Amino acid sequence: MRFTLNGRDSSVEGSGSRRLLDVLREDLRHTGTKEGCGEGECGACSVLVDGEVVNSCLVAVGQVEGRQVVTIEGLQSPLQQAFIEYGAAQCGICTPGMLLAAYVLLQRTRRPSEDDVREALAGNLCRCTGYTKIIEAVLSCAT
Amino acid sequence: MVTAVGRSVPRRDGASKVTGEARYTDDLVVPGAWYGQTVRSTIARGTITAIELDPAFDWSRVVVVTAADIPGDNVVQLIRDDQPVLARLGGEIRHKEEPILLLAAEDRSTLQEAAEHIRIQYAMQEPVFDLERATEVYTRIEIRKGEVVEVEEGVEVVTRTFRVGLQEQLYIEPQGAIAYPNEQGGMTVVGSLQCPYYVHRALKRALKLSDEQAIVIQAETGGGFGGKEEYPSMVAIHAALLARKAGRPIRLIYDRHEDLAATTKRHPGVITHRTGVNKDGTLVFQDIDILLDGGGYCTLTPVVLSRAAIHATGPYSCPNVRIRARAVATNTPPNGAFRGFGAPQSLFAAELMVEHVAERLGRASVDLRRRWMLRLGDTTATGQKLTESVGSELVLDAALKAAPHVGTSARRHLRRGRGLSLVFHGSGFTGSGEKKLSGTVAMEALADGTFQILTASTEIGQGTRTIFCQLAADALGVAIERVRVAPQDTSKVPDSGPTVASRTAMIVGRLVQEAASEIKARLLQHKERLPLRVERSYIQPESLHWDEATYQGDAYPIYAYACTIADVEVDMITGIVRVTDLISAVDCGKALHPVLAEGQIEGGGLQAVGWATIEEIKMKDGAYQNDRLATYLIPTALDAPRIRTILVENPYSRGPFGAKGIGELPMDGPAPAIVAAIHDATGVWLDEIPATPEKVLAACASR
Repeated sequence: MRFTLNGRDSSVEGSGSRRLLDVLREDLRHTGTKEGCGEGECGACSVLVDGEVVNSCLVAVGQVEGRQVVTIEGLQSPLQQAFIEYGAAQCGICTPGMLLAAYVLLQRTRRPSEDDVREALAGNLCRCTGYTKIIEAVLSCAT
Repeated sequence: MVTAVGRSVPRRDGASKVTGEARYTDDLVVPGAWYGQTVRSTIARGTITAIELDPAFDWSRVVVVTAADIPGDNVVQLIRDDQPVLARLGGEIRHKEEPILLLAAEDRSTLQEAAEHIRIQYAMQEPVFDLERATEVYTRIEIRKGEVVEVEEGVEVVTRTFRVGLQEQLYIEPQGAIAYPNEQGGMTVVGSLQCPYYVHRALKRALKLSDEQAIVIQAETGGGFGGKEEYPSMVAIHAALLARKAGRPIRLIYDRHEDLAATTKRHPGVITHRTGVNKDGTLVFQDIDILLDGGGYCTLTPVVLSRAAIHATGPYSCPNVRIRARAVATNTPPNGAFRGFGAPQSLFAAELMVEHVAERLGRASVDLRRRWMLRLGDTTATGQKLTESVGSELVLDAALKAAPHVGTSARRHLRRGRGLSLVFHGSGFTGSGEKKLSGTVAMEALADGTFQILTASTEIGQGTRTIFCQLAADALGVAIERVRVAPQDTSKVPDSGPTVASRTAMIVGRLVQEAASEIKARLLQHKERLPLRVERSYIQPESLHWDEATYQGDAYPIYAYACTIADVEVDMITGIVRVTDLISAVDCGKALHPVLAEGQIEGGGLQAVGWATIEEIKMKDGAYQNDRLATYLIPTALDAPRIRTILVENPYSRGPFGAKGIGELPMDGPAPAIVAAIHDATGVWLDEIPATPEKVLAACASR
C-alpha cells in the first residue's frame, strides 16, 4: 500500500485491513498519534486524511491508499506555540489530535466563534484542561 | 534579572507535547518485547477450584504466569496486605476482574488465542454489593469536638442524607508498563505512573528484589488524577513477573475497556448530616455519619476515609461536632485514589446541608456561610487552631463580585439557576504523614554552570517539571534556562514521596527551594568543587501536632479555600442539566505559575461538573455495565461550561514563596454548587449525584 505521509511517499506491507493507527505507530514509528479508546470516542488518534479529521483507530490502512495522511509529526502551525503559551497542553496525550482538529477548523473558518471551536473540538476528549485554555489558544490563532 | 516565580513561563514539556515527540509508555520501542495480557475473574465472590489450560493448544508459544510463579510475597504492597498480585488456585476471589493469570506471546493474535483456551472454575459465594448492607469494615474514624446534645431547647435540627456515585478518573492514556530484566539481576519497569517509589516498593516485595535490583522509571504520563497512584504497582508487578519468566521484555498496555472494567474508581458514599442551629442562625452542632464503599480490597481506603472525615464539616466553625465515619468492603472492584480523595464526597453533603439549614431558617445560604465560616483563630473539628492564611472570606467575596447576572431564559421549558459553594482542602498529607514520609529531594550544581533537580515527584500534566525549575531558578538567582529536572528514575532520584495529596508544589517544592538556596549559599561562601550535590528532607515544623489515636490536632499544615458559583440551565422536558458557567475563586497562597494554576482549577472543575451531572457508572452483579468510552461519558468541549478562575493570593509562611497546594481543591466545589443551582432553577432538591435526566425528572414529578 502506498500513501503520502506528511508530504512524503510512504509504503507499507501487510493486510489492508490493519488499523491505520497501528500502521502509523508500529510500522512507521509515528507515535505522536495516540490510542485512547480504540473505538472512535476520544479522538486521541486523530489524523488528517485528505484534509479531513479522522479517527485512525477506525480507519483501515487500505482506505488511505493513494491519499494524503498528515499526523502531528507533519504539522507546522502557529497553533502549536499558542498551545504552549495558553496552557492548552497539560498531560499532552490529547494534544496531537486536538491540534489537528483545531488546524482543520482554522483552515476552513478564519474567524471562528467560541461555539465554532467547541463544536470542532467536540470529538477530542481532554481530561486535564476543562477545555478553556484550549479554546483560548485556538481563538488566539484566528486571523 | 527577571524572576521566574509568579510568571507563566513556557512549560518545560510544552514543545515535545505539541510536536508528538513526547514518549509515553506505549510509544517506546523495545526490541524483542512480547505482549502481555491479564486473565481476570468472571465472578464477584468465591474460590478458584480449577485453572485449566486446554491441552490441545500449543502452549510452547506462550508464557503463562500464575500465583505459584511469584518469587516474593503475593501481595500488592500498600496499606494493608490484603490484595494479592494474582489470585491463587484454592484462593479467594473478592471482585470481578480480579487478576488470576498472566499471559505473554510474541504477537497479539497468539495471545488472544491462548486466552480463549483457558478455563477457570469457581465455587461461588453470595456477593455483597450494597454498601449499606455490607458488614466487613475496613476502617472506622471518629472525630469529636465539644458535645452533641440530642435535644436542646430552641435548637432547630435539620437532618438529611446524601449519596454520591462512582467516578472513573479517565486519564486519556490507559494504564501500561514495560518490564525488562536488568544488569543488576533484577527488573526495570518503565510505566505510566504518579508514584515511582510506590511501584518500587511493590516490585521489591513481590519479586523479592533488592533496592538496587528494582528500578522504576516514569515515562511521559498521559494523566493520572489519582488513578495512577496505586494501580500502576499492580501493572508493573504483572509485567515484571512475565518478563522474569519469559526472560525478555514485556509490554503490558491496557486497552480502554480493560482499564475501565478493572481499575479503581472514586469511592461512592452515603453521608447523613444532623445539624443543630439556633433560630438566629448560630451553628450549635454538626453530627455527621459517613459511609464509603471500599470495594473488594482495602487499597487506599483508610486514608480516603480520613480525608473525607476531616473535611466533613465544610469550612465552618462549629463548637460541637461528632463525625462517625466508616468504610466497608463490598464485592466490587476496589475503589481508590481520585483527585479530592474523599473530600469531594463529604463536602458535597456539607455544602448542601448549609442550603437546607438556610431554607429551614428562611435565610440566604450565603449569609449563613459568612456567619459560620472559619476565620483566623478559629478551630476545626480536630481542634486545629488556624493561625494563618485563612482565605474563606476572601474567596467568597471574590466570587460574588465576579458573578454576572443570571439571565432569564427565552424558552420557557429551559429554566436557569445559580448555586454557590464554599470549600476548603488540606494541602499535603494528613496528620503525621509528611513527618513519617520525610520526602527528600537533591539538587546538583554541575560544572557546566547548569543545575539539576533530582526528585521522584512526577510530571503528569499539572506542571511539576516547570514549577520546580521556577522555584530553583529564583532561589539560586539564575535564569530558568539553567535549571532542569532529572528523569524520574528510582536508581537516580531520591524518594520525594508520591505525587498525590496536593503536596507536590507545596511540600516538595519547598524542599526544592531550600536545596537551591543551600547550593547558592555554599557556592557564594566557599570555592566549592563542582559538581556539588545537596539533599534536603522534610522536617515537620515543631508547631504541628497530630494524635492519630484521638484524631486531634493539626490535620494538615494549611488549607486552601475555594468559592464556586455555578449557573445551570435545566430542560424541564428532557431533564437535561447543562452547566453554562462556572466561576471559581481560589485562595492558592501564591500563584507560582498563574496559567498552570488556572489549568488545575479549570480541569478539576470540569471533572467535578462531570461527576455532578453525566458521569454515572451502572453496576450489575458487581461489574460496571458501561465499561467503554462509548457508554461512560465525560464532558466534551461542547458540554463544558465557560470557566472563569480568580486566583486569590493569601500567602502561607511555610509554602514555597507562599504557595499552598491546590491540585485537588477544584474537585470539591462544583458538585454542591450545581445541585443548588438546579434547585434555584426548578425548586427541587436532589440528594444524590450525578444529576441525571432521570433523577431530575423524577424529582420534579414527585414535587
